[in-house]
Amino acid sequence: MNGRSADRPPLVALVGNPNTGKSLLFNRLTGSNARVGNYPGITVERRTAGGVLGGKPVELLDVPGAYSLSARSAEEQVAIRSLLGWGVQAPDLALVVVDSTQLLRNLYLVLQIRELGVPCVVALNMADEVEGAPPDQAALTRLFGVPCVAVSARTRHGFDALHEAVGRALDAAHPSALRLTYPDPVEAAVAELSPLVSALWQVQGTRARALALWALTSLDGEDELVDIPPELREAVAAAMTHGGEDLDEEIIATRYAWLDEHAAHASGAAPARTTTERIDAVLLHPVGGFAVFVGVMLMVFQSLFSWADPFIGVVEALMELLAQGGRALFGQGFVGDLLVEGVIGGVGNVVVFLPQILLLFLFIGILEDSGYMARAAYLMDRVMRSVGLHGRAFVPMLSGYACAVPAVMATRTMERQRDRLLTMMVVPLMSCSARLPVYTLIIAALFPPETFSPHLAGIPLPGQGLLMAGMYLFSTVMALLAASVIGRTVLKGPKVPLILELPPLRLPAAGSVLRLMWSRARAFLSEAGTVILACTVLLWGLLKFPELPPPDPEPPAVELSVEQQAAYDAAALEHSAAGRLGKAIEPAIAPLGFDWKIGVGLIGAFAAREVFVSTMGLVYGVGGDVDEESVSLRESMARQTHADGTPVYTPLVGISLMVFIALAAQCMSTLAVVKRETHGYRWPAFLFVYMTGLAWMTSLLVFQLGSALGFG
Amino acid sequence: MTQTVALASLPKHTAAVVRVVGGARSFRRRMMELGLVPGTAVVITNVAPLGDPLELLVRNCRLSIRRAEAEAIQVLRPDGAGAK
Repeated sequence: MNGRSADRPPLVALVGNPNTGKSLLFNRLTGSNARVGNYPGITVERRTAGGVLGGKPVELLDVPGAYSLSARSAEEQVAIRSLLGWGVQAPDLALVVVDSTQLLRNLYLVLQIRELGVPCVVALNMADEVEGAPPDQAALTRLFGVPCVAVSARTRHGFDALHEAVGRALDAAHPSALRLTYPDPVEAAVAELSPLVSALWQVQGTRARALALWALTSLDGEDELVDIPPELREAVAAAMTHGGEDLDEEIIATRYAWLDEHAAHASGAAPARTTTERIDAVLLHPVGGFAVFVGVMLMVFQSLFSWADPFIGVVEALMELLAQGGRALFGQGFVGDLLVEGVIGGVGNVVVFLPQILLLFLFIGILEDSGYMARAAYLMDRVMRSVGLHGRAFVPMLSGYACAVPAVMATRTMERQRDRLLTMMVVPLMSCSARLPVYTLIIAALFPPETFSPHLAGIPLPGQGLLMAGMYLFSTVMALLAASVIGRTVLKGPKVPLILELPPLRLPAAGSVLRLMWSRARAFLSEAGTVILACTVLLWGLLKFPELPPPDPEPPAVELSVEQQAAYDAAALEHSAAGRLGKAIEPAIAPLGFDWKIGVGLIGAFAAREVFVSTMGLVYGVGGDVDEESVSLRESMARQTHADGTPVYTPLVGISLMVFIALAAQCMSTLAVVKRETHGYRWPAFLFVYMTGLAWMTSLLVFQLGSALGFG
Repeated sequence: MTQTVALASLPKHTAAVVRVVGGARSFRRRMMELGLVPGTAVVITNVAPLGDPLELLVRNCRLSIRRAEAEAIQVLRPDGAGAK
């Protein structure tokens, strides 16, 4: 049947509007063995899993939610590509999941699929939530000519009937397609386009007719669809000129008129939505709504910022144990160093992100599944769009204060590529927690209360705290400014109207949330993780080689004193590739007020910004085991002088350095995760160049202007 | 008697019927595919705390669009029927 080869199971595509419980049904019908791939050329996930439907082993495909098959962007085009097998495997059956509480709108998609003649079974989901009479399965089955089965993905009610219907549909002959009669101008345009569609896509009869209708409702001068033959575009444009500009609207109106006439009586009564409405009275309230929003966001932020800490501590302790084991096995030689400092250190750099990623996606899963994310976007739209960001960009932006890596991954909650990219490009400017130790060190070392005590009208101010708060404010303002500028230049696009559905509030299903957490964590480990690991090993090599000959203890056979070891380490670092690189970039960073030693620190910080602190410890010969509270490191910084005897660190250099740390793209993990999310090197390269350029110019401005004005 | 007004200027909780969906083609198409075709009943159920966007009830579905786009949607409202 269906011309499928015997050696692969039939492919069943799950399609449906967003918020219909399609993914929950997918999870219920399959095991926990989903494979996630990508549609070629776009960042839309292609989720498939094996399952057994109607006693037959099948492959299920979770097609991204769509209100309609007509499309304007390459992402929206995924729905029709998946159904008809354009560039991907064509399904043997479509399982259309509809929300019974909003049946008519959902049936619009069913109608399109039936016009195309794609064999399908309709799952009337949430049938149990309909108030009064449930949808009339028999009437809908007669009307659409395919089995319509009332189910509940949540309670598994109706699954037996669904299995049976799918099993039979897989064996049955294809039902003939539905054929609606459209107004004369539409029919004329369809007659004009059908022969061309037949020739271009090798289809006949009603399929060609349905694709002509699809072309009339999808193509125009501004769509961004891929693989559309230019002849077809021209023909559609010509048909629009003959038949009138509003052919597409007549097609849509005709379909709804048909649904209103034939399907409205089978749709059951309106659902009770009083619970949702009562809760929404609070969630969308001018005062209460923002109070809840702030509370929810604070909890998300707090979880990333501090709840993740104990878990990160456990990860670090485990890595320390692993490092000790590696040392015991391989000793201090090249192999031991490579394994412990390079590889185990690199694995640690990857795994350390897991607690934050899992926690963030726990919250995102709950917020999305419950329907709250749409409400947050509704509340924040006015604010976010003033800088060109999507309302849903709020969660990633906020998460950026904790860590850009999970925040970049969280941009997935936005549908459009442009919205995702814009958010990804500015999230790394938010002051993440790895910058905190660097700010702490610089403020403590260069702005001690003894010398830095600003007053306002005679009242002493908490200078250090104000500086710290100032850095957070600075990063936020720069991120919003960058969004505004990038959105008008590099990512310039037509203004997209907001059309947001506020779905009924629902209790999230634990299984779906856990699956989301697991799939994000796995994607991070397998794709971004390898890049981070490779970069860690590379950086380790830069900081280590070429090596100095080992020091001769004086007197012989006596261990090096702590001071001698630290001095040797500093000399070895100077001798290494990173040390040489630091010296090589000194001319570029001298105008910012930095010397080559700071340059080495900045190179080391590429592994993670907080590494700046320990690298500075090494470079100043106080050892690498320092943290931002280290007094010896602070004193050593204060003692540093240029060749002419002037101090390296003035308060102005401190400000310039903090500005640089705030703005530079000094985080290989962020770049690796942006590479993963955008499937290429273009956007991470742009991110690195623009942020580092912005950092250099802003620091230059701060230092040169400050020097000219006599500060520093 | 009825009068034609822009959806954006329709008072909250006032029943109206869609007459023309205007605006950019992509917006028109998407709104109509969501069921907002001429002849459909529509009501503004809420306005976001910052004055924008609006919340609509169309075919038992709650949608949110911005005021700017709601200006381009013409609706028929019963004459004299005030808010509430």
